[in-house]
Amino acid sequence: MIFVTVGTQVAFDRMMDVVDAWAARTGQDVFAQVGPTKRAFAHLRVAEFLDPADFDRCFQDAGLVIAHAGMGSILSALSFGKSIVIMPRKAALGEHRNDHQMATAKRFEGKAGVSIAWDENDLAELLDQLDAAIQVDRPDRISSSAPEVFLAKLRELIDH
Amino acid sequence: MRQKKVLAVASAGGHWVQLLRMAPAFSHHTVHWMSTNPGLDAKIPCGGFVAVRDASMWDKPGLLVMAVQVFWRVLRLRPDVVITTGAAPGYFAVVFGRLLGARTIWIDSIANAEELSLAGRKAGRWAHHWLTQWPELAREGGPHHIGAVL
Repeated sequence: MIFVTVGTQVAFDRMMDVVDAWAARTGQDVFAQVGPTKRAFAHLRVAEFLDPADFDRCFQDAGLVIAHAGMGSILSALSFGKSIVIMPRKAALGEHRNDHQMATAKRFEGKAGVSIAWDENDLAELLDQLDAAIQVDRPDRISSSAPEVFLAKLRELIDH
Repeated sequence: MRQKKVLAVASAGGHWVQLLRMAPAFSHHTVHWMSTNPGLDAKIPCGGFVAVRDASMWDKPGLLVMAVQVFWRVLRLRPDVVITTGAAPGYFAVVFGRLLGARTIWIDSIANAEELSLAGRKAGRWAHHWLTQWPELAREGGPHHIGAVL
């Protein structure tokens, strides 16, 4: 199962259209959390929202995650040890309030387990390449907590 | 060391995921959690979770409801420490927490790699510890950088 998530605030149909077309071409089993959209995606199983427990189950079961470039999606995928393809939202297209997802995507360029699709053409291309390679490039699970050096410094501030 | 009451606050989504990654820094204290999605309490094993209204910085009536809910919770709880990754509920918790005598810690979301969030900029004058997860964004007078969740 391929799990797709666009977060819970705003729809991201520009990404969903590409995924839908890809599923139509390849017959992949795709489950997508699509947010508040008016659109239908004929080749995907969809939910508008998922509760947090279902979210975790989907990450757990996914062979691959496709998501907007939100930190929650990225951190979740990596802590479940899943490869993730991210596509940043663009403020100019009304997809977010600012372009921080572009910045996030830039920071994750070249990181193991994370592939970046800068736009819909990129995503279509990436998915076609991945088609054959799904489940091959599994990243190591990241720890479920922050690095100990950071935690130690925070602990100092809190215990002070 | 004295056990403290810690109020850990984050809106649902990426902010919450980041806050959970920091939990080992304060789980030796009594922790109360606050977020914007009631379903998140499943992640918190022993109660101590409360959900407030979800609202963005652009939804003024929603923000007002949220602010009152956060204020009430902080007033009832009287935490020793408020720790938050944002966004709006974290901002209110820092403001009210500070006014009621808590030590306040703002860790700006790692998603803000090029500039601080709006709430993050506003939180600067209220938080005792005003932190960014990106060294590039650190400044002399704050925000400061002591690490990141990843």
